Order: sequence, then C-alpha cells, then structure tokens
Amino acid sequence: MSQSHSVARRYFLKTTAAGIALAAAGIAPRRARAQAETIRIGFPVPLTGPFGTEAKDQVAAAEIAVKEFNDAGGLGGRRAELLVRDDKLNPGEAATRTQELIEKDKVHFVVGSLSAAVQLSVNAVTKARGVIFVSISQSDAINEAKDWSKYTFHEALNPHMTAGAVGRYAFPKFGKRVVFLTADYAYGHEMVRGFQRAGQPLGVETLADLRHPLGTTDYSPFLPRIQALKPDLLILSNFGKDQVNSIKQATDFGLKKTTRLVAPVLLYTARLGGGPEAFEGVVGGTSYYWRLEEKVPSARAFNDKFRAAQGGAVPSDYGALGYAGVRSVLTAAKGAGSTDPEKVITTLRALKYDWYKGAQYYRGCDHQAVQSVLIIESKKAGAMKNPQDVFDIVHIDPPDESTLRSCQELGHKA
Amino acid sequence: MTGITLDLLLLQVFTGLALGTIFVLLAVGLSLIFGLLTVVNFAHGAFFMVGAYMGVYLLGVTGSFWFSLVGVPLVVGVLGLVVERALIRPLYGRGLDYPLLLTFGLGYVLVDLIRIGFGIEGRTFSTPAALQGSVDIGVGHFPLYRLFVMAVTALLLLALWWLIEGTRYGLIIRAGARDPDIVRVLGVDVSRVWLLVFALGTALAGLAGILAAPMRGVYPEMGIPVLIEAFVVTVVGGMGSLRGAVVAGLLIGMVVSLTSLVAPPMANISMFVVMALVLLLRPSGLFGRAGLMG
Repeated sequence: MSQSHSVARRYFLKTTAAGIALAAAGIAPRRARAQAETIRIGFPVPLTGPFGTEAKDQVAAAEIAVKEFNDAGGLGGRRAELLVRDDKLNPGEAATRTQELIEKDKVHFVVGSLSAAVQLSVNAVTKARGVIFVSISQSDAINEAKDWSKYTFHEALNPHMTAGAVGRYAFPKFGKRVVFLTADYAYGHEMVRGFQRAGQPLGVETLADLRHPLGTTDYSPFLPRIQALKPDLLILSNFGKDQVNSIKQATDFGLKKTTRLVAPVLLYTARLGGGPEAFEGVVGGTSYYWRLEEKVPSARAFNDKFRAAQGGAVPSDYGALGYAGVRSVLTAAKGAGSTDPEKVITTLRALKYDWYKGAQYYRGCDHQAVQSVLIIESKKAGAMKNPQDVFDIVHIDPPDESTLRSCQELGHKA
Repeated sequence: MTGITLDLLLLQVFTGLALGTIFVLLAVGLSLIFGLLTVVNFAHGAFFMVGAYMGVYLLGVTGSFWFSLVGVPLVVGVLGLVVERALIRPLYGRGLDYPLLLTFGLGYVLVDLIRIGFGIEGRTFSTPAALQGSVDIGVGHFPLYRLFVMAVTALLLLALWWLIEGTRYGLIIRAGARDPDIVRVLGVDVSRVWLLVFALGTALAGLAGILAAPMRGVYPEMGIPVLIEAFVVTVVGGMGSLRGAVVAGLLIGMVVSLTSLVAPPMANISMFVVMALVLLLRPSGLFGRAGLMG
C-alpha cells in the first residue's frame, strides 16, 4: 500500500466523519425539542405474576389521570404519556426497567411499584438520578431517613397507619384477647407492631403471635392451637393468596363461632378471589373502596370516569392508587409550569388535594400521603346487591399526622 | 410453649393425619407413573392445576360439585392419554432425562394455556354446600370437607391397591413394569398398558386438583408448591412405591403439623429436613428399590 493512498483515505475518513457529525448536530436540537414536548411518566408495575390483576387495574386507572390531564390541555400544550413496564415483582428487573426508563426513554417522573422490595430498588435508582418517584406500594420502608430522598413520595397507606386504624376500631368493639397469624417477613412484622402499638393503651393482650412461612398453602396445622386459645380476635397479617387461603381455612375450622377475623389490609381483588362465604364478617382496612362514592363526591367522579373507560367495572384499591400517584405529579408539573424536578417537588410538597377519597397532603419530612383509612367489613352473599357490592364501609379513620410514625422515629430531623 | 393440653395435642395429631392424607393424594399419581413407567412426570403439578380449572369449568356448566368430581379425572385422564401417545411414547427407551425435560416444558405450556384461557387472576371455588362448616370430633372442631377428602383418598387408595394387586389387569401392569420385553413376547400390548397407566396417573393429579380447590383456591401457579410436595413425599417414600407414598405422606403431614405447634416458622422446612434425613440413611427412600433410577 503506498503512502499517498493511505493519506488520501485518512482524509476521506476525516471529512466524512465531520460531515456526519455536522448532520447529526443539525438534527439533534430538533429531536431534543420534540422530546421536551411530551411529559413522560414511567410506570413499573408487576403485570405478570401473582399481582397481575392489581397491576392491570393500576395501569387502567393511571391512564385515566393521563387522559384527564391531556383533555384539560396538558401543560401549556405539552401532553402526558404513560410508559408502562413490567417489573415482574422482581427488584432486579424493576431496577433495570427503571434505569432504562430514565436513561433511554428519558422519563420525567416515575410512579408505581407494588411490592416492598421492588419499591426499594426503584427508589434507589430514582434517588441516584434525581428523578421524582411516587410509590404506590403498601410498605413505607423508603420513608425511613436511610433510604428516603427529597425525590421520594409515598402515595399509598403504610402498615403503621392501616394496622393502627383497624386496631383502634376492632379492639374496643370485638375484644382484647388477640392471636396473630403473621406472614414471616417484614410486611407482616410491621403490621403486628402497628396493631400492638394501637392496642397497648387499650390493654390488649397478645395470646400468641404465630409466624407462618410466606406462601404457605395449608394453614390447618396452625388452626388447632388458635381454636384452643379461643381469642376474641384473630388478626391475619398476611397478603394475597396467603390471606385468602388462611381466611378460607380458618372459616372451615369453625373459628368464626368464637372469634372475629381481622386483616390489616383487605383487598377488593382478594375478596373477589376468596368468595363471599369465606370472607363473610371479616373486618379490615383499605385505602379505597368504590362505595366511598356514597359519601365522598370526588370518589363518585373518579368511579364514573373509571366505569366509562372500563365497561362498567369499578376501580380497586390498588388501581385508585395508580390514579392518585399520576394525577399528583401531573398536577404538580402544571402548577410548577415545568417538569424540572426541583420545581415540581416544591409544588408537590405544597399540594392539598382531593383526587378520589377526600382531603390528602404529603407530610413535610418524608412525603408520606396523609389520608383517611377506611374500615370495611365483608358482606354476606345474601346481602350483596351486585357482584361489586362486597364490603360495607363501617368506619372512616380521618387523615391525621398523629397516626403516622413520627418524623424522628423514621430518622428525619423534623 | 405453654398451654398445650392433651386435647390440643390430639387435635394437632389428627390435623397432621388429615394433612398427610392430602400429601398422599397429591403424590399418588406421580408415584404411580414413576413406579410403572419410570417417567419422572414434572408436569404433575400442571395436571393438578388443570384438574382444578376443569373443576371450575364443569361446576360452572353443570352446577354440581359431584358431577364435576367425576368429570374432572375423566377429562384430565383423556388429556393424559393424548400426552402419552403424542409426546411421551417416542421417548421410551431413551433414558430418564428425556421425558423429564419434556414434561418440565409441558408444565409451563399448560400453565400458560390456562392463563390465556382463564386469565391470570385465579378463580373462586367454594366448598360444596353439603360439606361446609365444621364438626365436633371430640377433641375440637374439624372441617367437614377435610374429613370428606380423607375418606375419598382412603377409598381411592383401596381401589388402586385392588386394581394393581388383585386384578388380572394389575398383574399385567406389574409384569410390564418389571420386564416389558417378556410381557410383549407373551402377546400383551405393553404400550397400551403404559398409555392407560399414564392416563390414570394424570387423572389422579386432576382429581387431587379439584379436591384441593376448595381449600387452596384456584390459580395458574397452584401446581408449583404441589409438585414440590409430591416430590418430597415420593422421594421419602421411595420413588415408585405406592406403599411408600402413603407412609411418607402421613409421616410428613404429622411432622409438619407437630412442627407448626412448637415452632411455627419452621413448618415448611420441616418436610425438607425429613427428606434430607431419609436420603442420608436410606438413599432409595423408605420403600424404594435401589437402582431404579440407574
């Protein structure tokens, strides 16, 4: 190969490269502008796996919030878009998807997550990259100072609030001798602590705290002992299939003759899966149940929008959280007139909102949504007016910061 | 632990027996297929799940639990016939791992087919009205439905025992399991025997599915823990031994129940401790024949 030939080729390469770079530079600003026009919200939820039903409901409800925002003209013409990703209920998967959402899809906000572990991993990613994350998981581990950042918001209830509200309702009404049947992991333990704290001033006595392995299918070995103890209350601090099976089998063992069954969180979907016979008379807490519309106008408005979009179906508790989380960030972005995280944080912190269940706001120190807890009782098959009429709302525990774990307790300064 | 009275202990033992009966029911189909065909059926949990879903479907169509209870093993048995004829038969004589891998994959396919057909969220399956509630058995209240399941399982085991040990057909099955070539020389169509045994094993898995549905609920992943439980029982009892499956099932039910009384969080792991101990002391299980896996 001759010298001149080589030089000529290098020259050719250099000029073409420069040409391409120039052309690229010409395109780049235009694309960046185009991207700035939509507001993108990343939405990692467990579409596949045991909570697929809840996750799909969350997506359906979140889409309503996006549509509302767009129909109202968006943020000065900027429309919103929901980018749904399947976190597969797996913290590693969730972290990867969230990272992609932020770096590749350039989302402005992240709303979502259902499991406690997924929430922690999503929060770690959003915190490191300075992206606002509104969690709709029932656990509040991310509100503790060691994991929290100013970008972290928590829209759902937390174990302490739910267990406290249910305990304050149930102990005076049903009795003070209590047995716990608890899923042996952080969520179950947190619930038991919440109940015991609420029960202490009322003189509640724990007869036994039976811890069962997560995912137990047969609860019969635990039930003879509970039967022998004859507690006033059996509190089932477990979730999903575990809750359905343990309630079903406790009912079969005739426990309801002597004992009231109580669950800290009673999900609409779990009750549909378990059937009316097993759940009859079971009392529990929830963030939302559609019949709140009989008392709260914003609930009616939300239900009507959901019914119109979903062929008459009513939103579940988890679904409603998806709506609330997305509506909060979009409203805050509109209020700030920008998607700049610092500005949106300021408006979110100042937000006093009533999206679907009455007055709410995010607490200053940890951004936990201060809100009401509904106490519901599962209806008997004969008393149901339609298949959606599964619970009665027997009490509403009003929003009150004193029912939350204090800021100091979570490790925050004030 | 305080407060353990004699009544409680007796009820706990009885609960353990009932739980053991369910374990036997879950394992018997798996054990049968392995014992006679030397096929490790990893789709056992999936057939169990299909049985529960067929139960939901038939109950919806006919409204009768009793009809469904008879219909489900028939439907799942027919599915077993198809699977054996189309998928398992070409793999005979190729070693243990071929049908194992095939059924492993088949399990996933069945679970996803059910997800597509019936949705991912699971179905309600109420205890039949005649079997609801609990009865006083002297030491405490016990669910009527579990007593019913115990009775059905006992009858089923008697019938199986009679079929295999007491009939001409059972003689052919046993002979076919020991030396298929000689049986073939004697003019018996061994492949038809295997076809029917496989179908019987899957029918039993399906029956276990509908019987378990009122206790455990119905959802696509319901077969996963069952596959594990059935394998533990089969391994402890000795791969392929029906008698072993019965003894091991009851033993494990008892161990899980008593562990739950004294150390609740250890309930699940206790069955694996039993399995580890048995495998250390008797590698081929309580009643297993040595060298069957080789």
